[in-house]
Amino acid sequence: MKVAVVKYNAGNIFSVVHALERMGVEPILTDSAEELRSADKVIFPGQGEASSAMHYLREHGLDRIIPSLTQPVLGICIGQQLMCRHSEEGDVDCLGIFDVDVKRFQPRRHEDKIPHMGWNSLQVKSEEFTLRSSLLEGTPFVYFVHSYYVPVCEFTIAVTEYIHPFSAAMQKDNFYATQFHPEKSGAVGQQILRNFLEMKSE
Amino acid sequence: MLAKRIIPCLDVKDGQTVKGTNFLQLRQAGDPVELGKLYSCQGADELVFLDITASHEGRKTFANMVQKVAAEIDIPFTVGGGISELADVDRMLSAGADKISINSAALRRPQLIDEIVSHFGSQVCVVAIDAKQELPEEGTGEGTWTCYLNGGRIPTERNLFDWAREVNDRGAGEILFTSMNHDGVKEGFACEALSRLASLLTIPVIASGGAGKMEDFRDVFTQGHADAALAASVFHFGQIGIPELKEYLRKEGINVRPPVRL
Repeated sequence: MKVAVVKYNAGNIFSVVHALERMGVEPILTDSAEELRSADKVIFPGQGEASSAMHYLREHGLDRIIPSLTQPVLGICIGQQLMCRHSEEGDVDCLGIFDVDVKRFQPRRHEDKIPHMGWNSLQVKSEEFTLRSSLLEGTPFVYFVHSYYVPVCEFTIAVTEYIHPFSAAMQKDNFYATQFHPEKSGAVGQQILRNFLEMKSE
Repeated sequence: MLAKRIIPCLDVKDGQTVKGTNFLQLRQAGDPVELGKLYSCQGADELVFLDITASHEGRKTFANMVQKVAAEIDIPFTVGGGISELADVDRMLSAGADKISINSAALRRPQLIDEIVSHFGSQVCVVAIDAKQELPEEGTGEGTWTCYLNGGRIPTERNLFDWAREVNDRGAGEILFTSMNHDGVKEGFACEALSRLASLLTIPVIASGGAGKMEDFRDVFTQGHADAALAASVFHFGQIGIPELKEYLRKEGINVRPPVRL
């Protein structure tokens, strides 16, 4: 199986690569259209700032390639946010796969710290949650680090509550996304990545 | 709901973990990568690796160990010790660390916090503060909390609360506060000072120094209002197991991530 990880100017891409290697998968790290199109699975990870990330994606033509992919694609953290229509971070238009806008958390009480950082629980909304498994029953904890969020919308497949409910995971067609970092979420995260890798391509 | 975090700290010297009592005596306690992996499996929420002698001896890096940790461990980890400029931060993050912790370098040149935050984001920047409460002068009530440099060796003019507020306002992501009075003593965390920090700051506080029994962890969350609790020797020497600790805290009504049963 060929797994491609989108190479761009985001931090922490190697943690995804390491997580895949621990599962016996040797991913290729690439920004080439050809490599991305021919992969069985594509992972779009990262941590970073939305407008500078979009700038890089446009410069490398990735803003057209990513939305046109037909195999299962998994966006992680800023990957999820970049797959949306627009982000308040740097007021930038994004890839538009999910027709929803990314907002910044606004604290309501002294205890509401930004970024939302740490382990929080998932409520899996969709019966059809493709990333499900026994580890995802109940309300498993996963690791988040983010200051911007995607509101709950028609594409939301798992919800987490911080200040208010937001989209912890999303899906539309072959596009999947998580706001949390499965590669940093211990055994639960590893199971989510494994479920993604085992998904059948349409 | 966001969980309270339990963080084992691995003080590293010459590639081995060590833990001092009141910072000065050192004992061997194992291989950092293996120990980190064990803690991760047991349900630790994060790990901290501190190159404890780096600042004192001017050593810059333990990047090889960081690379191994990044390859083998699937929970977030912070590295600290001897980080004094952006290039050090870049090297640690490139080696795979999720966050870096700065201490003396931030006290010497607070601007470093701003630089790290603008280059790498606030979530990357943990500022560690070692502080000691001086004995109060007779009849004056509370003793002042003073910040220390170089692993608790050199006192500064800085007051803990003023410095913590400045660190917060410069955009750091978290504060790791170690009470030198409590560290190694195993009679509980500095809950009063922690609680004051919690009400003063808008960023998470990791409490360090003083863990001896499971009740201490309960108290640091309920009385100290800490976001995370860090400890070393109680974990390294098996006095407290992380799965039992988490089970206990859940029974006490504290929201922690349960250990994953495989």
